[in-house]
Amino acid sequence: MDIINQISEHLQKGEDQKVHKLTKSALDQQKSPLEILNDGLIAGMNIIGDQFRAHDIFLPDVLLAAKAMYAGMDLLKPMLIKEGIPSRGKVVIGSVQGDLHDIGKNLVGIMLKGAGYEVIDLGNDVAPEKFVDTAKGNNAGVIGMSALLTTTMTVMKQVVDIIKREELSGQIKTIIGGAPVSKAFADEIGADEYGYDVGHAVERIKAMTGHN
Amino acid sequence: MESILKRLKKGEIFVADGAMGSMLMQRGLPAGMPPETFNLSHPEILEEITRLYYNAGAEILQTNTFGASPLKLADYSLEEKTEEINRNALKAALNAVDGNAFISASCGPSGKLLKPYGDIESEVMYDNFYRQLNVLINDGIDVVCVETMTDVQEAVLAVKAAKSIAPDIPVMATMTFDSTPRGFFTIMGVDIPTAVQQLTAAGADIVGSNCGNGIETMILIAREFNQLTPLPLIIQSNAGLPELRNNLPYYPETPGFMAEKSIDLVQAGVSIIGGCCGTTPEHIHEIRKALKPR
Repeated sequence: MDIINQISEHLQKGEDQKVHKLTKSALDQQKSPLEILNDGLIAGMNIIGDQFRAHDIFLPDVLLAAKAMYAGMDLLKPMLIKEGIPSRGKVVIGSVQGDLHDIGKNLVGIMLKGAGYEVIDLGNDVAPEKFVDTAKGNNAGVIGMSALLTTTMTVMKQVVDIIKREELSGQIKTIIGGAPVSKAFADEIGADEYGYDVGHAVERIKAMTGHN
Repeated sequence: MESILKRLKKGEIFVADGAMGSMLMQRGLPAGMPPETFNLSHPEILEEITRLYYNAGAEILQTNTFGASPLKLADYSLEEKTEEINRNALKAALNAVDGNAFISASCGPSGKLLKPYGDIESEVMYDNFYRQLNVLINDGIDVVCVETMTDVQEAVLAVKAAKSIAPDIPVMATMTFDSTPRGFFTIMGVDIPTAVQQLTAAGADIVGSNCGNGIETMILIAREFNQLTPLPLIIQSNAGLPELRNNLPYYPETPGFMAEKSIDLVQAGVSIIGGCCGTTPEHIHEIRKALKPR
């Protein structure tokens, strides 16, 4: 099997040391970092994402695959930067209020990295200004916000309002998700997109940033 | 009072309490603050809520300690207050009832992942639950409720910690399942047979499910449990899945609806029926009336 496919295969099995070694070998064989990234790591994570959506695999498999992805990514990153290869874009993510179940938001972060994005995860309990300031300061095109059961979602609306007020609409786009959130709510507060699950959120962010 | 396990053996059905977090928010808990902060600042509010559930007919009342294990409290730099937070919660619950009810120690997930998926060693996870439950068990709870678990290894460590503190303390262990095309699984990929097998081996006396589903789905989950184990079953269902109304989450299942369906839960073999997210004292009152008319 082609070494790039091997990287994808071992990534799907969650074998981080193997992926690290194979990525190194591939670079030694003069494979381009971009090819290793796109056809090895990202391709593998895409398959993992699809399997997770179909309930064929569960969170543990995704977490191990993500670890393997980082093992390869760490080697590629400096080379991609040196060669001036841009990432697919930057996305700022966070939970709008401190909550117990931030796993959905974390998964979106993992899958976005696996899709070639730079992710700035602000964690839980993020103030509206912080979302916008971080996006501005890092030139991020997308803000992704997650909210949980029984919490109010006013922070999401405040973020959207700040973006409008500062005339950043179009420049910084917003996507929201989480159990109590719906498409109707996204429309109501003026968010650009709504992701109903992890896979869907990543799909929408790809569309928002002109990738597919 | 005769132990809950003996009474379950005789075939008795018990009603447990309903949601705590939403009641606390109605009483001023700011969004984003962990419910356990009220154990330090407003124990009288915990007492009031427990009394509401007790008066509604709940016979098993949970301490406000779902997130009161030190690993979880560390998210809010409160781990040093672990003992005080747990002790205050139990005191408040005891104050609210007159001894004719069981006090259950709520013990939720640590919020951290065990190795290799996360970076927590088994021993650290075990010590985490031991430290929390040691306070609650020694201060006099009647039963432990390890709940909302998605990783069966984490649940097993909590059950084992409880049993090592007091081998005779009754332990309930419940997990949260999602409905998938291949059956019920937790987000960590645990199915019901695995949950039953592992929790039983760890020493759980009562098993079942809480959170994540409305009561109709819980009936299906209960039936599967019932086919796999002779242990008493507990189900604590959400009042349906939340919808958004006026920008606030709204749980669609009414007290009457849940009460009617709780009879089906008993027929599915469930012995302890309580509520999770979205349930209120009215829900518990109606469930009690439906299950124990007198």
